[in-house]
Amino acid sequence: MPTDLELRTVDTTQPLPAVFERRDVKRPEREFVRFTRSQRALHACMIVSFLTLATTGLTLKFSYTGWAVLLSRLLGGFQTAGYIHRTAALLMFGVFSMHLYSLYRLKKNEYKSWRALLLGPNTMLPTRQDLKQFLATMKWFLGRGPRPQYGRWTYWEKFDYFAVFWGIAVIGATGLTLWFPVFFTRILPGQFLNVATIIHSDEALLATGFIFTVHFFNTHLRPEKFPMDTTVFTGHMPLAELKRDKPLEYEALVASGKLEANLEEPQPEIVVRTIRAFAWIALSIGFSTIVWIIYAMLFAYR
Amino acid sequence: MATRAGRGTAKGLVWTGLLVLLLGAVPAPAADVSNDDCLACHSDKSLTAKRGARTVSLFVDGKKFSASVHSALSCTSCHADLEGKDLPHATPLARVECGTCHSEEQKQHSHSLHGKAIARGDPLAPHCVDCHGNHDIVPVKDKNSAVAPLKVPFVCGRCHREGTPVQMNRNIDQHNILENYSESIHGEAVLKKGLIVAATCVSCHTPHNILPHTDPNSSINRRNIAATCTKCHAQIEQVHRKTIRGELWEKEAHVLPACVDCHQPHKVRNVFYTQGMADLDCMRCHGDPRLKASDGRNLFVRVEEVANSRHAKVACSQCHSEVNASSVRPCETITHPVDCSRCHEEIAQQYQRSKHGQLLAAGDNNAPTCRECHGTHHILGKHDPVSVTFSTNVPTLCGRCHREGQKAALRYTGTQREILPHYNESIHGKGLLKSGLTVTATCTSCHTAHMVLPRSDPQSTVNPKNLPATCGACHHGIQEQFDESVHSATVTKTDKELPVCNDCHTAHSIRRTDEVGFKLEIMDRCGRCHEEIAKTYFDTYHGKVSRLGYTKTAKCYDCHGAHDIQRVTDPRSHLSRANVVATCQKCHAGATRRFAGYLTHATHHDPKKYPFLFWTFWGMTTLLLSTFVLSGLHTLLWLPKALEMRRELRAEEAAQKAEASGSAPRPSNPASEDGNHAH
Repeated sequence: MPTDLELRTVDTTQPLPAVFERRDVKRPEREFVRFTRSQRALHACMIVSFLTLATTGLTLKFSYTGWAVLLSRLLGGFQTAGYIHRTAALLMFGVFSMHLYSLYRLKKNEYKSWRALLLGPNTMLPTRQDLKQFLATMKWFLGRGPRPQYGRWTYWEKFDYFAVFWGIAVIGATGLTLWFPVFFTRILPGQFLNVATIIHSDEALLATGFIFTVHFFNTHLRPEKFPMDTTVFTGHMPLAELKRDKPLEYEALVASGKLEANLEEPQPEIVVRTIRAFAWIALSIGFSTIVWIIYAMLFAYR
Repeated sequence: MATRAGRGTAKGLVWTGLLVLLLGAVPAPAADVSNDDCLACHSDKSLTAKRGARTVSLFVDGKKFSASVHSALSCTSCHADLEGKDLPHATPLARVECGTCHSEEQKQHSHSLHGKAIARGDPLAPHCVDCHGNHDIVPVKDKNSAVAPLKVPFVCGRCHREGTPVQMNRNIDQHNILENYSESIHGEAVLKKGLIVAATCVSCHTPHNILPHTDPNSSINRRNIAATCTKCHAQIEQVHRKTIRGELWEKEAHVLPACVDCHQPHKVRNVFYTQGMADLDCMRCHGDPRLKASDGRNLFVRVEEVANSRHAKVACSQCHSEVNASSVRPCETITHPVDCSRCHEEIAQQYQRSKHGQLLAAGDNNAPTCRECHGTHHILGKHDPVSVTFSTNVPTLCGRCHREGQKAALRYTGTQREILPHYNESIHGKGLLKSGLTVTATCTSCHTAHMVLPRSDPQSTVNPKNLPATCGACHHGIQEQFDESVHSATVTKTDKELPVCNDCHTAHSIRRTDEVGFKLEIMDRCGRCHEEIAKTYFDTYHGKVSRLGYTKTAKCYDCHGAHDIQRVTDPRSHLSRANVVATCQKCHAGATRRFAGYLTHATHHDPKKYPFLFWTFWGMTTLLLSTFVLSGLHTLLWLPKALEMRRELRAEEAAQKAEASGSAPRPSNPASEDGNHAH
């Protein structure tokens, strides 16, 4: 756990005795709660569902590779793999619905209006601020400026979010037509199934490719966070990290005096370990899938 | 039949007419009509009469008649019905009765086969005149006699030659009689050496008392044949090695071999010692287990082997011909190996045409002869379960040479390897060897037993041209479907090679078609010719699932049919407009016509045929590529900055640790310090 010199200075200026008392005890200081329990649960469910969908689905997409055949066998055959795929899809639909419901709850309990939720400072919708930060980031990348001061949601996090949002809609809809072809061809022409197949599988390729590379890098594998950032699993972000990565949010919290309310004891060691094990498994499955996709696309494409 | 009968009748009429007119021409003296009276008319060479539609000559050669044995007789002695008639006489005359004088011969003749045939009214039956002639009959001893020894074979041969109505339509169990006789020792003596004492037809069959050999009175009956032969071979019992105590030969003719058992009738020259060259004689030496040939081969023959074989009733010398019964070692005259074709002629012809036979003819050491497959003394029929040619043993038998590593497999350069193990695992092999189904196809069912030919030979049963019929011998219903299908050469005229049974089912490793392996391979098999369509099939759901190794999805034949494949434009096709929905419904209950619009062979690589798929694919691909390029670029640009941050954090951590440990502040890295401050 990183300790921060600056944090100490913060601590001294703001009387936070509890933190001080624990300063030299084994457990480090309290951490910022970035994700609620239900959000973490949804993310975990999403991981399970997504990895399942990806592996089962890709066996069919890359059926011409030996790996796909092996994997299909391991999963119990294409029929079983199909059942698993559709079960995971149901889970994904569940996650999606739960998320929509939680948005509604958030609006009802915290923001009171959709306007406040969607146009407030913590909105997931892209804003002018995001564009500015994106340009500033480009400058920073190129050594022409300092690192921008990001808020609660950076533009790439918003991109990730909407990629998933769009992906679920597109993949889900086409997936349903492929799931119930006889039903859907009562309305749609049979050839739409061919189109749906292409969209479903290519959009899925985009999703897996994006999640397992860009998303993994942006949120887990950035060198300063390597090997992984467990925030989304524990829900906790060390205060130093909040200050460093989300200074705007930190400042807003300090200004509004809500910081203290959002601090919690760190997760017990066993929980963190379990989470790390889970995350490692997910990461490795994701990376294996990427290796497999690259192999299939480059060396066995047809 | 009618024409032959007609010809016989005509022949009779000619003679009767002749005689009738001969006498009818004589003028009218009441009492004695002299021969000159008859000849007054009948010496006219142009004297003819109409017999039905034919004109017959009524000319009688007076000179020949005067030289004949009957010259002293008057015409009316024979043409007795003209006695006392006015001349010219009425026609036709009655048949001349030779028996008036030759009563003994007449009696024999009327009891003989020929006589009985006449009595039956058989138009082919010979009368006296047919053998002896009429007005020019000379003594038998006269070389000009129609029945002189030298002429007898031809006289008899007139009717008993191959191809004559008699030989073809009467029940005569000997064939090629004249040919065989002429080559026999008797025939040669008569016909080539002019030895008039040698036996002719009549020597054995008698001239007039010709009876079937089944008749106990026949000269050629088993009981009598010895007597018949000994008429000439009088002392044979003294010199013949095969006599048994002399008298038994005649006394117990029914148990002892008759002359003809060894010396086949009509073929006496090619001595055919059947039972005669007694097996016991052979076994005197060959019964000894230690008997060795000069080259070390064991020459021991187990009697019981032969006795239990198909050839139990065949004597040694019938196969091991060329033995000389009069030699002490009869076999010393043998110069050739056993020639099975002497009896199995048709099979031998097939064999000679076969690859095996061709190799043998070419002097190839590897060529299998009859004995290689059938064995020697212990040959059993193919229906005997212990026979090497019994169906369950055939694969092993052929495998002796065609197994991998054996001589036939070594010289074979084709594509069929591991034939025997493949066959054993095939549906045919399993049916035969595991299910004990003896009607299952074995090697010989497809390749034939004796006319085995390579696939490339147009006569081969496994030539692509002939294969449907070969398989159809058992799978008849399938052949009927196939012959109607687009793959049949009778339906599709093309210079390209059309598939036959083995192209889909393979040759030796034919599997059950409900086995997973077959179902999966069939798509690649179809794809060997239908390359493009198979490729695009694998681009769609059905193909992809198949690729994963699962069969519970539509394969080529599920939609197109297996043996009854038709063009999709053909109304009979399973995919014709009328049938396609039902075909989809086989798996997709409730499928509609719209559902059937699914493109089972769609590809997104063809912008002309499938533009919407093509553009969907490229739209998606563009989306993918742009997303990956942009986000990848973003990430790559980020990386150096992130690394920088990492270094800073590490340095910070180190500094903090040093401070926290409470020891004297370590000289920290100035760069990291700077970085720290900068941050």
